[in-house]
Amino acid sequence: MRFVDEYRDPAAARVLVRRITELAGDQHFKFMEVCGGHTHTIYRHGIEHVLPQNVELVHGPGCPVCVIPMGRVDDAIAVAETPGVIFTSFGDMMRVPGGNGNLLEAKARGADVRLVYSPLDALRIAIENPDRDVVFFAVGFETTAPSTAITLLRAREQHVENFKVFCNHVTIVPPIKAILESPDLRLDGFLGPGHVSTVVGNRPYRFVPEQYGKPLVTAGFEPLDILQAIAMLLAQHREGRCEVENQYTRVVRYEGNVRALEVLVEVFELRPHFEWRGLGFISQSALKLRPDFALWDAELAYSVPGVRVADPKACQCGEVLKGVIKPWECKVFGTACTPETPIGTCMVSSEGACAAYYNFGRLHREAAVTLGRAAVVAS
Amino acid sequence: MCLGLPGQLIEITDADRHLAVAEVSGVRRVVNIGLLLNDEDDVSVGDWVLIHVGFAMAKIDEEEARSSLEFIEELGSVYDDELAQFGESG
Repeated sequence: MRFVDEYRDPAAARVLVRRITELAGDQHFKFMEVCGGHTHTIYRHGIEHVLPQNVELVHGPGCPVCVIPMGRVDDAIAVAETPGVIFTSFGDMMRVPGGNGNLLEAKARGADVRLVYSPLDALRIAIENPDRDVVFFAVGFETTAPSTAITLLRAREQHVENFKVFCNHVTIVPPIKAILESPDLRLDGFLGPGHVSTVVGNRPYRFVPEQYGKPLVTAGFEPLDILQAIAMLLAQHREGRCEVENQYTRVVRYEGNVRALEVLVEVFELRPHFEWRGLGFISQSALKLRPDFALWDAELAYSVPGVRVADPKACQCGEVLKGVIKPWECKVFGTACTPETPIGTCMVSSEGACAAYYNFGRLHREAAVTLGRAAVVAS
Repeated sequence: MCLGLPGQLIEITDADRHLAVAEVSGVRRVVNIGLLLNDEDDVSVGDWVLIHVGFAMAKIDEEEARSSLEFIEELGSVYDDELAQFGESG
């Protein structure tokens, strides 16, 4: 693994930490990483403890499983329990609790719930079961939405009318805007998401510097990527610049994946508003099927309750998703709420901040503090 | 789901329907490559791609493929589940 070592080189990490320390000076900086994958790297490698104390990272809403509100899970279960339906879902969504249990429990009660890796697998199940309706639980940001779009185009082409999509796709820009509008949090910039940017590119983030005066740097997933992106954010502050920059040029192109953006527009339109866990209703933040695809729209085919369900009182996923509190500051973290018995969504998904911290952060915190001090001293 | 699996394209199986066999850590399945086809540089056998839920979303180089594979392998059981599903459902 010669290649990987280049992204993990401790000497390079020390150089970057020294640069970050110099650039930050004695000012306090707070940056948000939007993407759950970044949160994972930060905890896995103890990056928070390598950084000088005046450079703080807060975790954002970039985990598509975590932001699905409880009411939508209840809607999914209602569709799954409709007689005759085969309900298909990504594994991540199976254990997400609604007000009325989760999909695995619905399966135990007798619903035909099946795990799929790809929407194309759901379409194949529909072709193999022409006398049953097969519903695909579509979730995710622009990373997965084009796949659902292509699958719908394929279903239309092949006249597979027993295939339906329960669409919960969300878009990445509105929650960033909602966080910038939130009075709870003062941020000095963003680490832009990695893989979602392969689709949307860097253009949609221009409003962050232009309208809100905050820099944004799209970052990769290796520890050195994160450190370099932080240094780039600080350099912008020091040099009086404020712009969108791309640290992850080896994967992300400025214009994104043009073909993927085209199919999104062909198949989906924006919902007037959509509820996000912790962030509330955000206008034009989610996708629904265009009227041309009404035949494949599960929300039109079934009676979906559409009831808004408040999060459990003890759960503070909302504050975690907005970066207002850290996972371990939640009252039920690691006690009533664990990956085995999650109360909130952030503990269910491996990309959720609470699960990442539970699995890695806790164990590594002490070690990382020591390492971090060693790195700073050595530099 | 949001993290792509890096895979190498082994064979184009159905050019009309944009299907190809990709290999991730020795596990193979059919993926859709339609989203990369009107790219400036089309994909072909031997190329590395980032795969999300059965669709190749971005062309990457071998170096990036290895580093992201390493990253995903660190997810442990999550990666095992993802890879098992990737293989089973092909």
